[in-house]
Amino acid sequence: MSLFLPLAVSGLNRGVSVFHPASPATESIRHLFILVLAISGAIFLVVEGVLCYSILRFRCRSSDPGTEPPQVYGSKPVEIAWTAAPALVVFILVLVLARTEYEVRVRPPKPQPGDEALFVTVVGRQWWWEYRYEYFNGEALGFVTANELHIPVGDAERARPVYLTLVSADVCHSFWVPRLAGKTDLIPGRQNSMWLQTTEAGLYLGQCAEYCGTQHAYMLLRVYAEQPSDFRRWLENQRKPAVNDPSVQTGRQTFLGLSCVNCHRIRGTSAAGSYGPDLTHLMSRATLAAGVVPNDRLQLRRWVADPQQIKAGCLMPSFGLSEGQVGAIVDYFLTLR
Amino acid sequence: MATIERESHVESPPWPARVHDWLTTVDHKKLGIMYVALAMGFLIIGGIEALLIRWQLMWPESRIFGQDTPTLFNQLFTLHGTTMVFLVGMPVLIGMANYLVPLMIGARDMAFPRLNALGLWTTLFGGLVLYLSFLTPGGPPAIGWFAYAPLTGHTFARDVGTDLWAMGLLVSGVGTIGAGVNFLATILAMRAPGMTLGKVPFFVWTILWTSVQILLAIPPLTAALIMVVLDRQLGAHFFDAANGGSPYLWQHLFWFFGHPEVYILILPVFGIISEVIPVFSRKVLFGYEFMAAATMGIAFIAMGVWAHHMYCVGLARTVDIYFAAASLLVSIPTGIKMFNWLATMYGGRIRFTAPMLFAIGFLAMFLIGGLTGIMLAVAPVDFQVSDTYFVVGHFHFTLIGGTLFGVFAGIYYWYPKVTGRMLSETLARWQFWLLLVGFLLTFGPMHVSGVLGMPRRIYTYLPDRGWDVWNQISTIGALIQAPSYLIFVWNLMASLRSGPPAGDDPWDAWTLEWATTSPPPPYNFEEVPTVRSRRPLWDFKHPDDPDWKYEG
Ligand code: HEC
Ligand SMILES: [Cu+2]
Ligand SMILES: [Cu+2]
Repeated sequence: MSLFLPLAVSGLNRGVSVFHPASPATESIRHLFILVLAISGAIFLVVEGVLCYSILRFRCRSSDPGTEPPQVYGSKPVEIAWTAAPALVVFILVLVLARTEYEVRVRPPKPQPGDEALFVTVVGRQWWWEYRYEYFNGEALGFVTANELHIPVGDAERARPVYLTLVSADVCHSFWVPRLAGKTDLIPGRQNSMWLQTTEAGLYLGQCAEYCGTQHAYMLLRVYAEQPSDFRRWLENQRKPAVNDPSVQTGRQTFLGLSCVNCHRIRGTSAAGSYGPDLTHLMSRATLAAGVVPNDRLQLRRWVADPQQIKAGCLMPSFGLSEGQVGAIVDYFLTLR
Repeated sequence: MATIERESHVESPPWPARVHDWLTTVDHKKLGIMYVALAMGFLIIGGIEALLIRWQLMWPESRIFGQDTPTLFNQLFTLHGTTMVFLVGMPVLIGMANYLVPLMIGARDMAFPRLNALGLWTTLFGGLVLYLSFLTPGGPPAIGWFAYAPLTGHTFARDVGTDLWAMGLLVSGVGTIGAGVNFLATILAMRAPGMTLGKVPFFVWTILWTSVQILLAIPPLTAALIMVVLDRQLGAHFFDAANGGSPYLWQHLFWFFGHPEVYILILPVFGIISEVIPVFSRKVLFGYEFMAAATMGIAFIAMGVWAHHMYCVGLARTVDIYFAAASLLVSIPTGIKMFNWLATMYGGRIRFTAPMLFAIGFLAMFLIGGLTGIMLAVAPVDFQVSDTYFVVGHFHFTLIGGTLFGVFAGIYYWYPKVTGRMLSETLARWQFWLLLVGFLLTFGPMHVSGVLGMPRRIYTYLPDRGWDVWNQISTIGALIQAPSYLIFVWNLMASLRSGPPAGDDPWDAWTLEWATTSPPPPYNFEEVPTVRSRRPLWDFKHPDDPDWKYEG
């Protein structure tokens, strides 16, 4: 059973397996996991082996005499032996796990110029993620985005660690991107922290791992690890206010005239709500609604027309907008690069 | 002899009188039977909920209830967990103990028969209060069985379902505490002459320590539930962070109950297994004293490990390491038990009747649950697999592979005593193999999907995650398991009429319950027996070679 586990997952690399680590922390957890699997596997074989042997060897046969077998009441030395042996294993395991614990849970330092470290505050919300970019390389950033986290990759010279501060705006959530880090909960009234770091560029998937209500299943996570130059370009773009394209003024006016502004912010406009995702650079995201559908014209239309069709129970109501209003708003959205 | 006597003088009273008798009884045997029947009823309900859950997860992006799927699914897993723990697991074990403890210690009833009846009826009442939520506009609660605050707060759970959940558990918890007190008093004060605490049957010993755990663990839950109700109904702020409360506090309170709870659900089963294995291996329990000490050890250590359910909440590193070490310590006494059971079988003459079959199933499956438990205790590993299907797989191996297999072993073992009839061995074998295969197929693959990143409690998943196959195998396994439960219930009912007569002592066993008739008379024993060893009937059957010569 336990031997079967690493085999079963070794062929699969879907970006969410804990046996495909892409960070120092998940790498050391994998080592520990394999050690524990090996120990349990050995115990499993021994115990099931003795069980099978006893079943075969000591089953009642018709040739048995009619009397009872010899009654053995116990044996102190044997008991001491099988108390001491597991105790030793436990002792060793505790030492090893203590080491891993310290490797994995790193305390975040203070941001400093030249550290090339990224600091982001993650706010868990029913059922999407808000990212407040705080510092990169000691420089204050101060913009907010949603659902897709961008981080720089490290290399031989610079590790480029990412420190997340985890808080919640409503209920408990848990931030889990299996290839980058074990999970850490976001709990109202508490502040947790987390450390990510990788040298492999790419998209890392994950999702909320603490039940948080109706759409817990669709509170997905996407982390883009990018080359430093790409990352900087992305940063520069995010820091700018929204594009103001005169060709979509109708859509812009429609949007700003509706209650959308109570919940959404588009920097550079009067829309300053913070209950829903920041839409300033909506089109820089590949997906909508925390990774549920691709972010394109079709899905945007569906979403604006009736978000409940895509994510039933989500906290954005359906407004019953006309075809024309939806079309105009989506045209406007498509310019928000 | 006993059966003939019974049949000759039985003239059943009219049914209203019989119903009245059952409803007002304070007899521990009738109450025990009703506890078990209640648990079986809820087992079927919880099982149907499980099947619906599995059906929804069979395919990615499926919506078996259309637009309502997310909410309904969340309600289903909340009810499933709550039902199985509070309305199946505890009642079935309390029921069996209720029936057996007085018989095994040579007493005529429990210490407080009326409290006993109160316990049964409050448990039933609590269950009904919970299920009443189906009739409310918002339906059942959707908070998960551990109901993390602030999801239970009025802001996030506006409907009355959550109140009914809290009150239902509160009420049934009171019944459980009553049962704990009652077992303690009975075991400490009502043993037959000569039966010192060191000579009680092993099952009774485990019930003693289960009761200690009940008394330590359930009151904190009761208190926490009252806090939930106060928050919801009177605007208190125990778990409301915005007003100085702490959702995190709920987690501590809940798991301070929740971890000992898993031992409340397994210690009695250790007791059952320790009765069944010796009788069907024809050997005395190996290392009784060490087994007894291990039981105590588990009961003590289990009180100090609760935060291993909370490794991901951001505890201090040293706290993580403490709880990991303490949790791993539990594996030592548990290992002692495993080894002693094997040593009992070793050198015996094993008879593969139904009780033994399920006991062996228990050994083989509970071992796996124990080993995955070790993995989960190792804090850094848990950072990855906590709250995933790996955990779901783990605890079903302990609760089905452990508790349920053990309960089946016990019911096959004692049913002849309770009813005077034997259960069908053929049906037992069908049940066993269907259950074993279905169980392995359902819960084995969950370890894989968990390691592949599938969190628990999600109503659906995207097709690109690669979890489909594992979920499909699980669902097929559930479909294979389902008939095994029906076979069991059928066997219980059909054998009541047509099972072969059992006689007083069908298994040639050694503890006191087998010394009286099957079923036992209302007063249990005509004459309170005197006991000299842990196996009084062995002494009786082997006057030349009695146990008390060897016991220290
Ligand atoms: C009551 C507050 C509220 C109002 C009003 C509201 N939204 Fe939303 N909106 C949300 C929430 C909450 C989400 C996130 C839903 C989720 O993913 O669970 C969201 C998500 C979105 C998204 C997807 C963002 C992303 O990156 O995934 C778009 C686009 C959007 N809203 C557009 C609009 C438009 C257009 C309007 C006005 C017609 C509007 N919203 C009105 C709360 C609101
Ligand atoms: Cu969640
Ligand atoms: Cu626990």
